[in-house]
Amino acid sequence: MRAYIPAYELKSLGRLTDVVSLLALEPGAWKPFAGGTDLMVLFESGKLDHKKFVSIWNLPELRGISVTPEFVTLGALTTYTEVQSHDVLRQEFPMLCQAASETGGLAIQNRGTLGGNIANASPAGDSPPALLVYDAKIELISSNGPRVVPYDGFHTGYKKMVMRPDELIKSIRLPRVTQAWKQYYRKVGTRKAQAISKICFAGLARMDGGVIQDIRIALGSVAPTVVRCSATETALKGLKPDASAISKARAELAREISPIDDIRSTANYRLRVALNVLEDFLTGL
Amino acid sequence: MPDPSGKVEINLIVNDEPRTVSVYPMARLLDMIREDLRLTGTKEGCGEGECGACSVLLDGLLVNSCLVPAIQAEGTSIKTIEEIATGEQLHAVQQAFITCGGAQCGICTPGMVIAAVNLLERIPEPSQAEIRTGLAGNLCRCTGYMKIFESVVRACQDNKQNIPAPVGG
Repeated sequence: MRAYIPAYELKSLGRLTDVVSLLALEPGAWKPFAGGTDLMVLFESGKLDHKKFVSIWNLPELRGISVTPEFVTLGALTTYTEVQSHDVLRQEFPMLCQAASETGGLAIQNRGTLGGNIANASPAGDSPPALLVYDAKIELISSNGPRVVPYDGFHTGYKKMVMRPDELIKSIRLPRVTQAWKQYYRKVGTRKAQAISKICFAGLARMDGGVIQDIRIALGSVAPTVVRCSATETALKGLKPDASAISKARAELAREISPIDDIRSTANYRLRVALNVLEDFLTGL
Repeated sequence: MPDPSGKVEINLIVNDEPRTVSVYPMARLLDMIREDLRLTGTKEGCGEGECGACSVLLDGLLVNSCLVPAIQAEGTSIKTIEEIATGEQLHAVQQAFITCGGAQCGICTPGMVIAAVNLLERIPEPSQAEIRTGLAGNLCRCTGYMKIFESVVRACQDNKQNIPAPVGG
């Protein structure tokens, strides 16, 4: 059933300081509203329980991509279209660009934002596995000032986050240290565009003489949150990615993830595909 | 004075004309276009950002108007399907849809045409893959897509023929 429009409030304030003051006034009373690609879907189907929102779409402080020798910093409102067209991101963070290109279609990519994707906290998001293996840092802002938290651990349970109700995501920082690593991203969905993932995989590996020196693996849609698979990573470090290592890694990953049956897929299918995608990643190293 | 009903005034440019509408801030841009501005060429398909039938250009970018709250259209410039033809002169994309049978029931057609026009603005000579990506967010339940794809290819060819040869070339 459609929502009753007059029951909803959506304020537009021009400045970040005004927005964080409003959020602090009565924490939880007002929630931020970015590009609307998730919230408007809930709204239209009558499932948007919260009624008071503040639009952050027009805040210049949350826009733009900046590059320093250590980090690429993306404003929280960076759209998927902007991610794909940024030269440094394309060169050094291709998995994030691929994730952005496989999120929705062009019209969604023009409105959907990276900060919104994180704050929506879906375990099926396309960008989060890439952000996890890139060791992203999240800069939060509130009326008390900024604080930076690691993205690993940001989601503490299904739709639960370390971000407080009076905080906003200001930016996402990506450390520029993985250029020379092998990168592998794979989203498995029902069709190529406009699909939500059945599983989503991001892998990074630093190789030396055919041996895995360091490795990072993250998956979406296989647990209540996106997950970094540290046990599988530990099991693979120092090994050559041969048949015995792959078999060991498959067994470890099967223990580490907990996919479920839902409208988009089954636990069995997800487990099987996750293990096969892991094997595809390792085979290509 | 704020309107006690909760409505707000939105000022925007619609098809090159300045317009002011009074709407609820969460009203969908789609409803504002169809009901307040009476531009009913833009269609509603799924109402959840999956099908692209409600596509319009917002500051030159393709968007699903069902997913844009009215308040975020303040100060923007919107282009709808009504502005794609020039008077009685159809856009090359529209003519190609007729020539190639790219339109059947017509619900997806305005969104398809807007997406195709936007594609050709960004990439005048798109590859086959770029055409497929450019239309990937628009669903059609009639044509099986091939006739739509052929329509866009045809529009590119017609566009190219209309470009005068370079002087001295």
